[in-house]
Amino acid sequence: MTQTFQEEAVHAPAHGSPADSKREWRKYFSFSTDHKVIGIQYLVTSFIFYLVGGFLATLVRTELATPQSDFVSPDLYNGLFTVHATVMIFLWIVPAATGAFGNYLIPLLIGTRDMAFPKLNAVAFWLIPPGGILLMSSFFFGAPGSGWTSYPPLSLIYNKIGEVIWILSVLILGTSSILGAVNFIVTILMMRAPGMTLNRMPLFCWSMLAASCLILIGTPVLAGALILLSFDLLIGTAFFNPTGGGDPVVYQHMFWFYSHPAVYIMILPVFGLISEILPVHSRKPIFGYKAIAYSSFAISFLGLIVWAHHMFTSGTPPWLRMFFMINTMIIAVPTGIKVFSWLATIWGGKLRLNSAMLFAMGFISMFVIGGISGVMVASVPFDIHVHDTYFIVAHLHYVLFGGSVFGLYAGIYHWFPKMSGRMMNETLGKVHFILTLVGFNLCFLPMHKLGLEGMNRRVAEYDPKFATLNLVVSIGAYILAVSTFPFLFNVVWSIFKGEKAPSNPWGGLTFEWQTFSPPPHENFSIDPVLLIEPYEYGTEEAKEIIKAGPFLATTVGAKV
Amino acid sequence: MNIPSSIATLLVGILLTVVSVWYGQNHGLLPVQASEEASLIDGLFNLMMTIGTGLFLIVQGTLIYSLFKFRRRPDDDTDGPYIEGNIPLEILWTSIPAVIVLIIAVYSFDVYTQIGGLDPMNHSAMAHGQGTQQVAQRPGAAIAAPLPDDGDNASGTRSPEVAAEAMQDPATAAVRDESVPQQNDSSAMGSTAPRIGPTPDKAGQPPAYVINATGLQFAWLFTYPDTGIVAGELHVPVGQEILLNISANDVLHAFWVPEYRLKQDAIPGRQTELRFTPSKVGEYPVICAELCGAYHGVMKTKVIAQTQADFDAWLKEQQVASNPDQLNEAIATAEQSPAQFLAPFVHGLGIDAQVIQQLHPEHMHASAS
Repeated sequence: MTQTFQEEAVHAPAHGSPADSKREWRKYFSFSTDHKVIGIQYLVTSFIFYLVGGFLATLVRTELATPQSDFVSPDLYNGLFTVHATVMIFLWIVPAATGAFGNYLIPLLIGTRDMAFPKLNAVAFWLIPPGGILLMSSFFFGAPGSGWTSYPPLSLIYNKIGEVIWILSVLILGTSSILGAVNFIVTILMMRAPGMTLNRMPLFCWSMLAASCLILIGTPVLAGALILLSFDLLIGTAFFNPTGGGDPVVYQHMFWFYSHPAVYIMILPVFGLISEILPVHSRKPIFGYKAIAYSSFAISFLGLIVWAHHMFTSGTPPWLRMFFMINTMIIAVPTGIKVFSWLATIWGGKLRLNSAMLFAMGFISMFVIGGISGVMVASVPFDIHVHDTYFIVAHLHYVLFGGSVFGLYAGIYHWFPKMSGRMMNETLGKVHFILTLVGFNLCFLPMHKLGLEGMNRRVAEYDPKFATLNLVVSIGAYILAVSTFPFLFNVVWSIFKGEKAPSNPWGGLTFEWQTFSPPPHENFSIDPVLLIEPYEYGTEEAKEIIKAGPFLATTVGAKV
Repeated sequence: MNIPSSIATLLVGILLTVVSVWYGQNHGLLPVQASEEASLIDGLFNLMMTIGTGLFLIVQGTLIYSLFKFRRRPDDDTDGPYIEGNIPLEILWTSIPAVIVLIIAVYSFDVYTQIGGLDPMNHSAMAHGQGTQQVAQRPGAAIAAPLPDDGDNASGTRSPEVAAEAMQDPATAAVRDESVPQQNDSSAMGSTAPRIGPTPDKAGQPPAYVINATGLQFAWLFTYPDTGIVAGELHVPVGQEILLNISANDVLHAFWVPEYRLKQDAIPGRQTELRFTPSKVGEYPVICAELCGAYHGVMKTKVIAQTQADFDAWLKEQQVASNPDQLNEAIATAEQSPAQFLAPFVHGLGIDAQVIQQLHPEHMHASAS
């Protein structure tokens, strides 16, 4: 009996014969309601936008390789950095972390067949491509040039058509995010397998729950801010326009009320991915499950009351600056708990140093640097010096690239076998990791010094004394650009020629590893029941379950 | 759980502490300190750098150590030890960061008060009102009546009042856009003009100098009230407290001097303030630190911190230069005939002073003789 099951596992029906592939690829371009298809749609689409955003970044860094503004026009330059940030946030990290991994993993992790609202899920995805194409089209009309923060009064007078396009596109992408969040919350709360209480569900689900709450509370406020901004732009109201008696600072409050939680939306799911990946490749339980689970909610709650730390030099009264400083400092504590828990998970384990694990460890390494600079900028007297300088650019990239992107790469390497039924090439993965690590640090580490020494941000031209460091930074950026090639080649080659993946190549204990790679349409042939908690590595039970293969771990009384 | 030997851990801990403390004080990352506030802020940064370096070394060290020590042996397919948590350890690594963060928060609060951030004692009314002792320090300054004091919710802190007072200076009125309505600051909050106010030792006293700074696309204009001076570069005397009254004409800008460590947004429709004391003679960049359009990167000027004597001389020069009536008087200061005046300039030219005087029209010297 066992034999038959294992043979079936190898000859799983999904990515098998060429005839199947010919029909199968179409579903990724359709209005599919299968969460796995949608997850992959999100992943591929957002990755394409990552490459677009990265290309814009290399253009920015080409301009900044020399002190003079001599590569592109100042107008185009402003458009480049504005769209770069907008693409990276709304078209890469948010959709990839929530839409791609959230959708693909949640039903599998909780042992159900699909999300609570499959059609809503498809609608949420299909808002992304038009939103993205609309944003990119702004380059034909004069790209928006007021930064992704789009502060009035500048955004009311500069490249107005591009600005309107920007507003519309962000509204569309924000809507997609909200629809997804509804789905995640309902699915996680209502559809877990029997036996899976909240305290026995995988940590990724905890982090998605926390992130989804932030999306629901924050994004509508951004929509409000942008709609009012568009009224000022289009029909002559004066919410933020000082010549009409409006207040630009109110826009900042409304904008940051969403945009600060947005950064936690971008990092919390990735925290969850790391919490899933580290135990599997360390062969050890996650250290401090409850601490990691509840700290996600602490971060989520605190994340809603820190927004004005982006406004320490703006139109904020002194008592307000102190209030937000204290809240921001407090967030370091739950974040620190997570980092130490992850270190303790690795410590004493039996580390399998494959690409997924390297990126996961790289995540911890780089994110901590961003966290340290984050606590520094939380301090008002210090932030007064470094606000709007390259120190902030360094901080944000250490947490968003060193954090989120490294984590997303770890997730791709870890779940690629499950998604595609193929293994990725490990040598190419390691080359990718080294190039990314080197290029990333060369690019962003010197920016700390640049900011402290006096280089402001969002500039095409700078003081020649900063020339050498900027050249180093630009070289790092080019190395980062090159680093994507081994990864892309690896993905494409592996899909067609990669070694066939077994159902559980890593010996994982969560539900997704107890079914075929890729999973069949309804994920599991029998509705699973939780028999073992998700991180019980090192127990006899775990060994039995991993050895038994697909299905048997998740069915009641099916031991053969 | 594998815990390495206590001695090794102790030695590593000591090394780490020493390195962190040293680097925190010797990082060489900040520019020179040119204001009294800068040294306070740098002290705070040095502490944060020490703590950050220590944390960085601990985390990276643990990761690198684990990478080598806990690598799976190729023939070992077994799992690691079943360790799910350790409550005392978790309490430790929750409380230590909490204490560290508390220390940094308290220290930051203290520095903020010391640089005048909280400004609880001083009302803008007092800053903008002028006592008699001001006259000697500000040549040509008119004595404006102090604004009425409404108690703690002081008037004179609201943007309209501050703006109106700035506009009393004709030079400032000429450069500022008066069509932008000035926002009220929120009434319930006391003195709320976004600002860095006087340091506590100077609280309650007016600043030595008030200068109006106006940001526009893409330049700064500094006007010195009641002197008629409009300058593109900010001249300040060292050792005196300066109040910079900042606004913008069109979009958001921000006034930033890295060597002073001080920055404040310039907001059209609002009045903001920076109060600081320059401590070092020299020229330092004034950089716009809020995206203001295509040429944000070149919106730069200088702050020239001078000795009191040099600053007074500059003020006098500028007042003369900006006053057209005084122009001719300023030029011909010697009681000499044109020939006598021109004599030094013809030396070496091989011409007679007389010849030059004939060439030069007589009527232009009418007021000089």
